[in-house]
Amino acid sequence: MKKDNFTIIGQSLPKIDAWAKVVGETKFADDLVLSRMAHGKLLRSPHPHARIKRIDTTRARALPGVYAVITGHDLPRVKFGILPVSQDEEALCVEKVRMVGDAVAAVAAVDEETAERATELIEVEYELLRPLMSIEDSLAHPEVRIHEYGDGPNVHKAVSLQFGDVEAAFAAADLVREDVFFFEGNTHLPMEQHSAVAQWGADGKLTLWSSTQTPHYVHRLLSKILDVPQAHIRVVAAPVGGGFGGKLDPFAHEIAACKLSQLTGRPVKFTLTREEVFYVHRGRHPVLMWIKTGFTKDGAITGMHFRSWLDGGAYGSYGVASTFYTGALQTVTYKIPVYKFEGARVFTNKPPCGPKRGHGTPQPRFAMECQIDKAAEQLGLDPADMRRQNLAEPFVKTANHLTVTTTGLGECIDRVVEASGWRAKRGSLPPGKGIGIACSSYLTGAGTAVYWNDMPHSGVVVRADRSGLVAVLCGATDIGQGSDSILAYLVAEVLGIEPKDIRVHPADTDLTPVDLGSYSSRVTLMAGNAVIQAAERLRAKIFEAVARKLEVTRDRLVAEDRRVFVDGDPDRGASFAQAVVLAESMFGVLAFPGSYAPPKRAGKYKGGGVGPSPCYSYSACVVEVDVDRETGEVKPTEVWIAHDVGRALNPLLVEGQVEGSVYMGLGEVLMEEQVFRKGVHKIPSMLEYKSPTTLETPEIHTILVESDDPEGPFGAKEAGQGPLLPVIPAVANAVYDAVGVRIDETPITPEKVTKAMDAKRQGKPARVGPERLPVFRFPEPRVVESAFGQPAERIAERPFAS
Amino acid sequence: MKMLLSLRINGEERDVFAAAHKTLLEVLREDLNLTGTKHGCELGECGTCTVLVDGDPVLSCLALPVECQGREIKTVEGMAQGGQLHPLQQAFAELGAAQCGYCTPGILLTAEALLVDNGMPTRDEIKVALAGNLCRCTGYTKILDAVELAALRIKGART
Repeated sequence: MKKDNFTIIGQSLPKIDAWAKVVGETKFADDLVLSRMAHGKLLRSPHPHARIKRIDTTRARALPGVYAVITGHDLPRVKFGILPVSQDEEALCVEKVRMVGDAVAAVAAVDEETAERATELIEVEYELLRPLMSIEDSLAHPEVRIHEYGDGPNVHKAVSLQFGDVEAAFAAADLVREDVFFFEGNTHLPMEQHSAVAQWGADGKLTLWSSTQTPHYVHRLLSKILDVPQAHIRVVAAPVGGGFGGKLDPFAHEIAACKLSQLTGRPVKFTLTREEVFYVHRGRHPVLMWIKTGFTKDGAITGMHFRSWLDGGAYGSYGVASTFYTGALQTVTYKIPVYKFEGARVFTNKPPCGPKRGHGTPQPRFAMECQIDKAAEQLGLDPADMRRQNLAEPFVKTANHLTVTTTGLGECIDRVVEASGWRAKRGSLPPGKGIGIACSSYLTGAGTAVYWNDMPHSGVVVRADRSGLVAVLCGATDIGQGSDSILAYLVAEVLGIEPKDIRVHPADTDLTPVDLGSYSSRVTLMAGNAVIQAAERLRAKIFEAVARKLEVTRDRLVAEDRRVFVDGDPDRGASFAQAVVLAESMFGVLAFPGSYAPPKRAGKYKGGGVGPSPCYSYSACVVEVDVDRETGEVKPTEVWIAHDVGRALNPLLVEGQVEGSVYMGLGEVLMEEQVFRKGVHKIPSMLEYKSPTTLETPEIHTILVESDDPEGPFGAKEAGQGPLLPVIPAVANAVYDAVGVRIDETPITPEKVTKAMDAKRQGKPARVGPERLPVFRFPEPRVVESAFGQPAERIAERPFAS
Repeated sequence: MKMLLSLRINGEERDVFAAAHKTLLEVLREDLNLTGTKHGCELGECGTCTVLVDGDPVLSCLALPVECQGREIKTVEGMAQGGQLHPLQQAFAELGAAQCGYCTPGILLTAEALLVDNGMPTRDEIKVALAGNLCRCTGYTKILDAVELAALRIKGART
């Protein structure tokens, strides 16, 4: 492909599904209506921790309009979970509930109202157990057990990794800082509530339509949970009305819909209420962090020791990965020669946390970038310059054995510094106004699948026929980020046709090759590389056919403007549709697969599988804030963000991802919190769970930086998650610049700002943040040699590449 | 208790026999299969289910159809005329203002009501008009851009 001569790539085109969305045609899961469809409802536990002594569904069954009522005894007695190491969930709890919102029974009825009334008639007798509502609580009460497995009483996972001698690095430093931070939990809050429709046919085969980001993982797990061969289950991903990581696990309502459909012989639909969505959660972990870093007097980092304690909630979910992620990516932005990480995830009787945009990395990024700001002040350095002078180098390995390929972070910093007027503004804004900077990096797709296998992470079939239509079949799910459109642009570019000539079919496990799902910013890179491979294979056959017909060699042909022709002689050729007819006549059916699996670069140590990625995106962000010195209210007034996206396949969509990330970061740093009182969510509604509206969202200036990464499709990296990360610490650092107080925990509420300002006036430390750390012994560290500075190959070998 | 409702929706007379306590949202989606209107909370908090009643934005999850009899109800399905998209729909598609698209119908209709009242709103006026419509995908930027573009195009078409 002529890289600098794209026709589709780099254009700000509308998404291929934009038209259906603006006229209300898009069918989300709750828009599906099937004949004779029943409506389902779950009965959920009102207690955070209790033993189930008895469930009596007699009265519910007797209610007119009720088709079936099930409990966990009607399902195979098998526990499941998204990660093979944490099989700890039940769709309907049998012996014990571990959080308010755990499902214990399910009803299918003629309508939603009848189903709900029936759930109220189910009698459940509970024996209350002591709820453990915080990390301290869970560690202090080993006699109470939320689960019987893990790395200690109520400890889901404890890890300790050491890459080089950090103590020696601290001894060699001019400044060693120890700081403590807390990042409050928050939730995805997708506009669409989860919904699923199941139909268990008379042929004994099951179809599930669901608003899920991971149809493949749901497919695998349904087979285990329902004890039905995967070959008899079909999962169709409905368009997802916002995911952000909240629709990545298999959920009770999906499983109950399947079972109830089998029992009633009817399709069954479940749609969660907004309150249920808050309890289903799997969102941002609350994380307490301790970070110790050595700096030289010119701002270089000599070494870092990072500890995190994650409040995991009641189940494993993706928590083992989340734990590792709190320690994985610190090393990817700046040079950190030696590094030690200790992390622990603790079970509590609250809805389970999991992956939310940035999965496990916004919390440590907040801690690290705020600490660098503090160190810069102590060292008398400009925080932007300090970061700029210590960037991770391209094509080298980090201390923890991650491979950095390209990095555009230097340019990102330069561009936001320039655009924001940083040099003129820093330290010179009027009282109450401040400016802050932070940087970050993020994965472009997780380097390993959630279950171990040697198969492709992404599979695509591209098919063309005599009509001239090109169909793309891929198991990826468009959750609004535009991944279907990206696949269409890539195919259009390779084949010289228009995106409109291409239909991208949504994930359907019967029809589309497996893609692991829309998580870890993986789809553009992985499905994108797979679709380019498939389209190039199709193009090769088309060229072969046209070459034979024209009696020229294949390498003289090009595909452009919906034609295949001899380069430099556009009249000698055929329309794309005619070319397909020629190829179909010569070779038969034209359907070509593409497969992608990332380079195998995982560090050779236990835990080395979390963090590797084909390449990393980079972001730098400057935020200007206005802090009301009376009320403590923080208003971000302008945001400048530069993002190294490798290549912007469609700048309009990349900007949209960056702007959405900035917005979500602002919500997390200033207002959003998933908090509980006596096991009950304090604010499970969209009114009380504060998220930014148009009025709280400032002007966002997005700058795209292109580093043309050799791993990405036409050089592209991710855009959907990374840009969230620097926003949070940039706001915290701007608040310090504005009013001279450090708020070392999110969200930065008016209460915390006024409290810190009061402390400052009284001559006390001008800080609000955690004061103490849990009493906890981490395991002995696994000691691995630091790989810092080792060169990395420019072109990595990967499976299925040829 | 069910009752016969005579509703005028998107310029068409529709008779529906539905439970009297059902909300307008439920009747639109469940009885009339107009699923373009979405729900985000069903408590009047998020703006997702906004429709126009006599030109004013109304949260259909809080409205009773019986109150809407004899009034003009407009949903997203009624915005395009004779196969021609409304300028707002066109601008939203072109500028990437719909990501997941779930909040889009409610925002489009709220914006339509704004542009009828105020043909050339400032960016701040657009923000105020849309402050009751949550969107979790876009950061609102492209939405504001699209409303501005649509306003310009509508003005251009008039002059």
